[in-house]
Amino acid sequence: MGYRSSVDIHTEWDIVAARQLGRNEAKKVGFGTVDQARITTAISELARNIYLYAGAGKIEIERLNENDLFGIAIIASDEGPGIPDVRKVMEDGYSTSGGLGAGMPGVKRLMDDFRVDTEKGKGTKITAVKWLR
Amino acid sequence: MNMRIPILKLKDILIVSLQWELDDQTAIQFQEDLLEKLHDTSARGVVIDLTPIDFIDSFIAKVLGDVISMSGLMGARVVITGIQPAVAITLIELGIRLENVMTALDLENGMDKLQHELEA
Repeated sequence: MGYRSSVDIHTEWDIVAARQLGRNEAKKVGFGTVDQARITTAISELARNIYLYAGAGKIEIERLNENDLFGIAIIASDEGPGIPDVRKVMEDGYSTSGGLGAGMPGVKRLMDDFRVDTEKGKGTKITAVKWLR
Repeated sequence: MNMRIPILKLKDILIVSLQWELDDQTAIQFQEDLLEKLHDTSARGVVIDLTPIDFIDSFIAKVLGDVISMSGLMGARVVITGIQPAVAITLIELGIRLENVMTALDLENGMDKLQHELEA
């Protein structure tokens, strides 16, 4: 496992802190400006989802190094209500917040790997990975 | 912690240069400040320059889109200038379309475009 750092999400200010951490880590891994923007934006969306739907949670950023591949993982976790229908939230244009947040399909497009683990009443864990090319 | 974004007036155009990463509260405050300033000055156009901004998430995009629509309701035209390549790429990948929004490469082009619109 690579170096991991995290920001607890409780307030809107924590969203700013999470994306600043993410951008700094992305720079350290060696991502260019476009990928830095993708990673920062993905973190912002995931952190806002935690703030809006779960109230509190955590954004972890992990530097990845597998064989000759370098990358970054964003792990967004909360102990909120969980996502009742994951397939539905992965559809473009689906929103329960009235247009706040571009939603999960957008985040998935920004990143290379995207995985959702959720259980009703227990919480949600989203792992999104970007690899350095 | 809440920083206000300065809004300058040049003849009948308001000029805004976003210089730092926007948090949610600053963005909402900016929306109100700009509309108040439009009301107070009777400006007919607004240029919002985003040159130093290196990412825009869906929330900031929504605030920007809303402020453009709201300014339109008040009779003012808005032009957005200086969107960086990385910002354009991530906005489209994220699925955000700022449709019917006047844009220009930089502040100078934006001023020209707006002036042309206002004279038309």
